[in-house]
Amino acid sequence: MVTSYEYDVLVMGAGLAGLRAALAAHQTGATVAIITKVHPVRSHSNAAQGGINAALTDRGDKWEEHAFETVKGSDYLGDQDAVEILAQEAGQDILALEHMGVIFNRNEDGRLGTRRFGGQKRARTFFVSDFTGQALLHVLYEQAMKARLPVFEEWFVLSLVKDEHGQCGGVVAFEIRTGRVALFKAKAVIIAAGGLGRVFEPSTNALICTGDGIAIAYRGGAPLMDMEMVQYHPTTLRGKGLLLSEAARGEGAYLLNAEGERFMEQYAPNMMELASRDVVSRAEQIEINEGRGINGCVLLDCRHLGKALIRERLSQIFEEAKSFANIDLTEEPIPVCPGMHYMMGGVKTDVEGRCWDLAGGWRGVPGLFAAGEAACLSLHGGNRLGANSLLDTVVFGRRAGRCAGEYAKTRSQPRIGDGVVKDGENSIKGLFARLDTDDTVARIRHEMGRTMTESLGVFRDQEGMAHAQQTIAGLRERWNRVAIHDKGQVFNTSLVRALELDFMLDCAETIALGALTRTESRGAHFRTDCLHRDDEHWLKHILIYHRPGGSPQLDSLPVRITRWEPQVRVY
Amino acid sequence: MLTTFRIRRFNPESESPQPYFEDYQLVTERSDTVLDALIRIRETVDESLTVRCSCRGAICGSCGMRINGHATLACKTKVASLISSGDAIQVEPMNNMPVIKDLVTDMTGFWEKVRQVQPWLQPAGPEPEGEYLASPDAMNHLTGVMGCIMCGACVSDCAALEVNADFVGPAALAKAYRFVADPRDGSSSSRLTALNTPGGMWDCTRCMECIEVCPKEVGAMDRIMTLRAKGIEQGVPSTCGSRHTEAFADIIERKGRLDEPMLAVRTFGLTNFRQMFSFLPMVIRAVVRGKLPKSGPLFRAIPGVDRIRRLFRRAKE
Repeated sequence: MVTSYEYDVLVMGAGLAGLRAALAAHQTGATVAIITKVHPVRSHSNAAQGGINAALTDRGDKWEEHAFETVKGSDYLGDQDAVEILAQEAGQDILALEHMGVIFNRNEDGRLGTRRFGGQKRARTFFVSDFTGQALLHVLYEQAMKARLPVFEEWFVLSLVKDEHGQCGGVVAFEIRTGRVALFKAKAVIIAAGGLGRVFEPSTNALICTGDGIAIAYRGGAPLMDMEMVQYHPTTLRGKGLLLSEAARGEGAYLLNAEGERFMEQYAPNMMELASRDVVSRAEQIEINEGRGINGCVLLDCRHLGKALIRERLSQIFEEAKSFANIDLTEEPIPVCPGMHYMMGGVKTDVEGRCWDLAGGWRGVPGLFAAGEAACLSLHGGNRLGANSLLDTVVFGRRAGRCAGEYAKTRSQPRIGDGVVKDGENSIKGLFARLDTDDTVARIRHEMGRTMTESLGVFRDQEGMAHAQQTIAGLRERWNRVAIHDKGQVFNTSLVRALELDFMLDCAETIALGALTRTESRGAHFRTDCLHRDDEHWLKHILIYHRPGGSPQLDSLPVRITRWEPQVRVY
Repeated sequence: MLTTFRIRRFNPESESPQPYFEDYQLVTERSDTVLDALIRIRETVDESLTVRCSCRGAICGSCGMRINGHATLACKTKVASLISSGDAIQVEPMNNMPVIKDLVTDMTGFWEKVRQVQPWLQPAGPEPEGEYLASPDAMNHLTGVMGCIMCGACVSDCAALEVNADFVGPAALAKAYRFVADPRDGSSSSRLTALNTPGGMWDCTRCMECIEVCPKEVGAMDRIMTLRAKGIEQGVPSTCGSRHTEAFADIIERKGRLDEPMLAVRTFGLTNFRQMFSFLPMVIRAVVRGKLPKSGPLFRAIPGVDRIRRLFRRAKE
């Protein structure tokens, strides 16, 4: 007996983008369900600490300034039509969140307070202490409870399904708690399953960030874009890679080298510690490489901010420094280093979240949508500004949800045969049937993570990246043979981790391919063998298509420029 | 450092599914958390060891479990802080909820209780054009409660829940408080009325475990006490709980010590015949053994009760 469910819109992922999309689709009158491999409040949106940007015009800010700084931050790779929408609609979304119940920090006059964030001259980052992501996520989940949206919790999606016309028709997934496989039919599927941080080791990302949504869309025929653009956050803890929010520098913390100098003076004399993240991370890595670091780190110094401010506005990182590094931020500077943090690239979408082009300029999958870190508009281009990711999830999550809801009204349910469930069951059975070897999923994953960090980190070159590409291909071969030792049906996390690794290897392959293809340095993609930005040849996006059984296919799209011609980027 | 982890395992698919303890020895480092150790065990020793975990930074709330008898987050607990005694570190799933497999519990009931308090903002009037104006102090106060990550640690170790499964529990009550204390919310009196029923805010026995084990310092029990005070303040219809509180304070103010029979009578009401009748066997046994406490007019105030009354006056001022 094959189980199947049927909805107008199915949202994969229940972080901020997924919840926002689901609520917006629900408001169009569509039937909506969310499918997620963890409970919604366990999603990685939690980890966003610092805040959410918006230029509120009634307090003298201009959305054009926010948009320009986003474009400059992207090293002119961001598509400016998308950036304009982001900046223009930010204010209404901040207010909508506040009305839903987010407890934003206030000024003395009772209005919303702001702090400064990197790459921006004005304080336009709204925040809830330093756990803004968590505060937003819990409120959106409250709204989902209020709307009684069905949530399929702890279900793992195996693949996208399409009808005979190539129209997206839902997903096949299995329930982690029971192991049963089911078909979820939908007229529109929204991929909002987050980033792929764990492809790198270490990473600030949660262990669940394994690029499932990105790989599923890719295998389903949607192109990935800007995959070479990986953000390294300037302030992470060495070892495990836990994040210390940019809010610390936003509130005025210094970065010091081993000689006690505020080294950012050399690299970004105007913006100093608040230059954009790619610039600060590179500066730190140069200091470390040239011997002015301390055990592979530089120092983040918060002492002069005072105990009261640290406890009130940086409470989460104060606790984090204490429990994870045994350091009291009010007494001592803390060692930090650049660490993998965010994926600018992802599943290519238009400004309504569609993963296909109405004008036919690029191929995609009709009926498939994406939002949040899994998606690539491209909004963040070569480098995302801090506090723009939360904004991205709510603005483009909302737009994707609404568009998907309206789209579903115009469609009938695609015809999908029950055979896809059997295929899903067989793929799991096939994994269980593999013969035991010495190899393990964990070992392959660690090797992938180390390889990516070594060869596709802050500084890259042809030789290193080509080597990484070969290594990844070898790891793929090993994955094809590795056995799963736990063969149980109930809550089999060994199986989940093996499937996640499968997705991650696809992500790793496309990151390396994108980076090898882009023979220039732009944003976070810095090649020591091609030191300069090359607008003549590379003011364009790299698209990668999956080809079953063959090597990926490359394509490109020009950057969409509306009003800001590329300039030399100085902070 | 060689450390022994004594982990409670449970595999529902085994022939006779029974929980059992299994020991694992591992070399740990100073910086290791219990979660690091559990992940290393599953990666290098036993792939089937099952645990929920994600953020590693005490923000997602996935890895709630009991370590050496108390609920906590495995990712926030340093191994080095536990092994001074040299004994094995005991790791068990959370209490007060069914176990699915090993350290993974079923939190369906937890979330049902959270839903029970209608955990979403119910604004007083129409939405303002801009943001709601609210004092920074009120908002800062709320962020303390909003810090709750719904990990379930407080519910796991709640002594009241252990004997009273209907109790809505500390996490849901802290969540309810978050809305009652929100100046933007317009439903505080209906929320308090709903909590003023059996299983609601008066069922907490004030054991303080929820405060003790909370990894985010939400202070659930303190929030429950504030809910009770607000309930009395707003005059929600009296219940055993609120009458107990009021009678307790009143008796102490007048007598300086507790008149227990009177407390029972005033809590349940003299006309609550069924309850009064149920006390009868206890009263008879007390009479037989000559231990019936004096009550009412026979129960004298302590010498110097004036000083106690003065304290009350000062507190009321």
